[in-house]
Amino acid sequence: MKRRNIWRGLFVFALFALVLTGCSGHESLNVLDPSGSAGEKQLDLIKLSFLIMLGVFAVVITIYIYVLIRFRKRKGVDVMPKQTHGNTKLEIIWTVIPIILLGILAVPTVTTTFDLTKIAQDEEVVNVKVTGYQYWWEFEYPELGIKTAQELHIPVGKKINFEIHGKDVLHSFWIPALGGKVDVIPGRVTNVILDANKPGDYQGKCAELCGAGHALMDFKVKAHSAEDFDKWVTQMQAPPAELTTDSEKRGEEVFQQNCLGCHAGINQSVPGPDLSKFGTRDTIAGMLKNNPENLKKWLHDPQAIKAGANMPKIDYLEEKDLDALVDYLESRK
Amino acid sequence: MASDAHTNTNHASNHLETATLEGKNKVLGFWLFLAAEVVLFACLFGTYLALKSQTMSGPTSMELFDLNLVIVATALLLTSSLTSVFAMSAMNQRKLKLMQFWLGVTVFLGLAFLILEIYEFVHYIHLGHTFMSSAFGSAFYALVGTHGAHVTFGIIWISSLMIQAQKRGINTDTAPKLFVSSLYWHFIDVVWVFIFSLVYLLGKVG
Amino acid sequence: MGTLTIMVVVALFLAAIVLGGYNKNFLERVKGSTVWDWMTTVDHKKIGIMYFMSGIVFFLIGGLEAILIRLQLMVPANDLFVGDIYNQILTMHGTTMIFLAAMPLLFGLMNVIVPLQIGARDVAFPFLNSLGFWFFTAGGIILNLSWFFGGAPDAGWTSYVSLALNEYSPGPGVDYYVLGLQISGIGSLISGINFLATIINMRTPGMTLLRMPLFTWTTFVASALLLFAMPALTVGLLLLMFDRLFGANFFDYTMGGSSVLWEHLFWIFGHPEVYIVILPAFGILSEIISTFSKKRLFGYTSMVFATVLIGFLGFMVWVHHMFTVGLGPVSNSIFAVATMAIGVPTGIKVFNWLFTMWGGEIRFTTAMLWAVGFIPTFVVGGMTGVMLAVPPADFQYHDSYFVVAHFHYVLVGGTVFGIFAAAFYWWPKMFGKMLHEGLGKFQFWTFFIGFHLTFFPQHFLGLFGMPRRVFTYQANVGLESINMLSTIGVIGMTLGTLAFGINIYRSLFIDKTKAPADPWNGRTLEWAISSPPPEYNFAQLPLVRGYDALWVEKEAGKKELTPAEPLGSIHMPSSSYLPLVMAIGVFISGMGFIARGDYSMGIFGLIILGIAMFMRSFEVDHGYHIEPEEIEKDKGVDA
Repeated sequence: MKRRNIWRGLFVFALFALVLTGCSGHESLNVLDPSGSAGEKQLDLIKLSFLIMLGVFAVVITIYIYVLIRFRKRKGVDVMPKQTHGNTKLEIIWTVIPIILLGILAVPTVTTTFDLTKIAQDEEVVNVKVTGYQYWWEFEYPELGIKTAQELHIPVGKKINFEIHGKDVLHSFWIPALGGKVDVIPGRVTNVILDANKPGDYQGKCAELCGAGHALMDFKVKAHSAEDFDKWVTQMQAPPAELTTDSEKRGEEVFQQNCLGCHAGINQSVPGPDLSKFGTRDTIAGMLKNNPENLKKWLHDPQAIKAGANMPKIDYLEEKDLDALVDYLESRK
Repeated sequence: MASDAHTNTNHASNHLETATLEGKNKVLGFWLFLAAEVVLFACLFGTYLALKSQTMSGPTSMELFDLNLVIVATALLLTSSLTSVFAMSAMNQRKLKLMQFWLGVTVFLGLAFLILEIYEFVHYIHLGHTFMSSAFGSAFYALVGTHGAHVTFGIIWISSLMIQAQKRGINTDTAPKLFVSSLYWHFIDVVWVFIFSLVYLLGKVG
Repeated sequence: MGTLTIMVVVALFLAAIVLGGYNKNFLERVKGSTVWDWMTTVDHKKIGIMYFMSGIVFFLIGGLEAILIRLQLMVPANDLFVGDIYNQILTMHGTTMIFLAAMPLLFGLMNVIVPLQIGARDVAFPFLNSLGFWFFTAGGIILNLSWFFGGAPDAGWTSYVSLALNEYSPGPGVDYYVLGLQISGIGSLISGINFLATIINMRTPGMTLLRMPLFTWTTFVASALLLFAMPALTVGLLLLMFDRLFGANFFDYTMGGSSVLWEHLFWIFGHPEVYIVILPAFGILSEIISTFSKKRLFGYTSMVFATVLIGFLGFMVWVHHMFTVGLGPVSNSIFAVATMAIGVPTGIKVFNWLFTMWGGEIRFTTAMLWAVGFIPTFVVGGMTGVMLAVPPADFQYHDSYFVVAHFHYVLVGGTVFGIFAAAFYWWPKMFGKMLHEGLGKFQFWTFFIGFHLTFFPQHFLGLFGMPRRVFTYQANVGLESINMLSTIGVIGMTLGTLAFGINIYRSLFIDKTKAPADPWNGRTLEWAISSPPPEYNFAQLPLVRGYDALWVEKEAGKKELTPAEPLGSIHMPSSSYLPLVMAIGVFISGMGFIARGDYSMGIFGLIILGIAMFMRSFEVDHGYHIEPEEIEKDKGVDA
């Protein structure tokens, strides 16, 4: 019996030590350290439900430990316990108290559930249409006439109303640091309202098993100050940069011959991410740092980097053309 | 399973089907099975109601359904339920021939119903309403077809029980089988009433 | 490839029948063999043992898959199992553990123990019982054959559409899932009906409903859940099969179908399924805690009431698996409150267990250790369960590792701990041998510590932003050491499971000592008869005079049960090979449909099934009788 308690003590201690020493999550995707009002409301409920449950746990575990120590069979002693049937008073207590506790939890639960779907009338809202594909994300700002992929830019302090569409399989749109997720359902439109309260980079995840590349269906969220966001909008709305070098011009030809089928930007039959502002992105396919070297690696064998990706291998181009293509893409700003 | 398997027939003149423990078990087990069937059909109904408007530019229920035909089919099946009641009452009076007659009528009516249903399906397929044409088509054929499959199974089952009854007579072994088959027949009848109202009538109303 | 294999199997099968027909001696030898005896048995105890043993085999397979999962996730950006193959492993791990391990292990225990606890000589439908087992086995084999022929299902154990449709899962994997589960599901439904009818109709005189042991009660409620929940899965799988094999459009949104429909059907089954595997574990706990505290179960009536209530509420809460589908705040709120309500009867159970031990004399046998380990573990699972019932918070937890941690606390900490407890408790009754207590305690400690080490940290993985079902994660975002810790914990569970395997081997093949009839000072009827029981269980049906029927007699100073009938000839059902033939029929049929192309093999299998059904229907079988002299002889041997 003693040995048992020591083990348990050590075990709990080890876990606390673990949690306290550094393994406390990263702020770009930590549910327990949110950077948005939805995430904060949700964290409040997490805390409330956890505290109530911790109270229940404490009661149970206290009785449990007491009972195990006090009523264990002792050597050489053989007692015949009284065969009690029950105790109405006790049974009522442990029926009524949990009901009250759950009532305490249920009220804020219901109010928050409704709150999260509301936007105050006078609030300024940014509308973003999100479409989930195997295995990438498209972001469209209908009022701003911007369409991009894999990198979501939002202004700090404004409510973002996400309208979520699906085309192939179920996905789930999740930005842990900003707030809870909502499923991407082909044939249905779902909604979620989020905001960021401080500038920074956050990580977005797909949370619903969607095939081989599910684990890699990440995206980035960049929250800007209002000023920086406007700058970004201006840049995105501007016509594509002029082609300056021969290599870039050659690259455009290569692009039109090989890539336009999927990356036309508008009305594609086979959907691929819009690349007209590719050079502004931090990452390739939401995974690799965006530089010419990585881009070549990606073009050469996309599946080696993102399992299950629908992008075909571009391993048949001459080295020169490949370089030109890379130059062209990197110049799209 | 014990010795009471043999203390039969003396106290249960009216309910031969539950005269033995085996018989009791069989009847109870069959009721439980029917409970599962209720859930099964409930799920199919739910599916149908959820998908019935998804006709994908194919014909709608309003355009398709011919109530006259369905009313005839309904009348056939409802009558067959009645004849199966007559059969059970004959069974409990130990009147083998009478029972066989009513069972025969039941099977005949069931067959007639089935032929009408097949005719109906063939007709719909000509109109472009198939299992594969839309979600509505899939859901319609899944629901009505599952019912049709139940009727088919019922016909085969009751026929084979008629052969058994002919060979072995009405006893504590055959009676529970006959009884549960009639329960089954009533059940598919009840399901049809729901199909009639939720699929056909509702489909006509819109 | 698939078709070819099936044809070879069928040819061998037919050859065996034909050869057997020509060679009378061979046929006689087969019929006299132990294997044939077990394969054709309708004895609930033998069927129970077969369920239990196949459950252990599948548990080992599922466990191996779990080890592979944790190996892949041990370090970030690992490339041991990437993409599809990882998805196959995780799908098969979940499917195997739920359908092929937890359920048969519990069915095994129910089969052996419930008839004994209610003083019955057999179950209500011995033939169907055997049929249920063989269907389950056929389904289980089909599912696992997928590894060798065309690849395992990879759309998760929930098999959400449209990922599970042809377009996105073109291989045969999901077909194996659909047909394998359909077949084993029919087996489960049959078992459910059988247990219900048994408990309603087969109780010995005096065994009123409110004198039934808790394990029998939970079996009863779990079977009722099976009865009402299984058909939803049947329909779901049927529609998915239509979509995949016959071009229907239930789930294809481009043709008007709906993927949310699948989610509803799946969870209308899936949530009660959770209670199907946890309620019997509650029952096991109640029996063991009462026995080893040497006390009557505290608040028996409220325990029964809580069980029924949990079963009832279990049908009202399936949408809490779908909070993120966007069904709206009204629906989410309703299902949230209903879900929280389940916490109340569950809490009642926990407190009743604690107060059963209160004032008792607790013996820490291995079975009791598992039961004692169950309580805090399950309470943690229940706590996170209530936390998950809060929709806004669930938006964060949903499909993250927090959920993974939660349901492993419930299903391993609850069901598996319960099954291990029951294994040690009822082993002597099942096999007539004891399991080694020392090895058992080693198993408990390694498994218990390993379990918490693996799954407790996973709560934090979820909260730190790691979605579930991912084959990799990034470095430097605070996930590495937790994942590493989680993988290290697997060592403990592996050691524990190995110890259990050794223990089983030792008990069955090395240890020669026989188990006594009542090794634990038991309280219920099964401990009044020899270990293992004779095939007719009770020479004379006992008269039950109160709850804890055997304890009542012990308190009255009696050594034996009061008989309710004179010693007489006992009627027994005869063995039958037909269930096996039917299962072979559906097996062939299932494999035939999976092979696609033409469906002749699929139809051929169904014809075998049909013929066997006719044979069964026309069979006149009155069983056989065991005469009193023989029973007396048995008794002499025991004494």
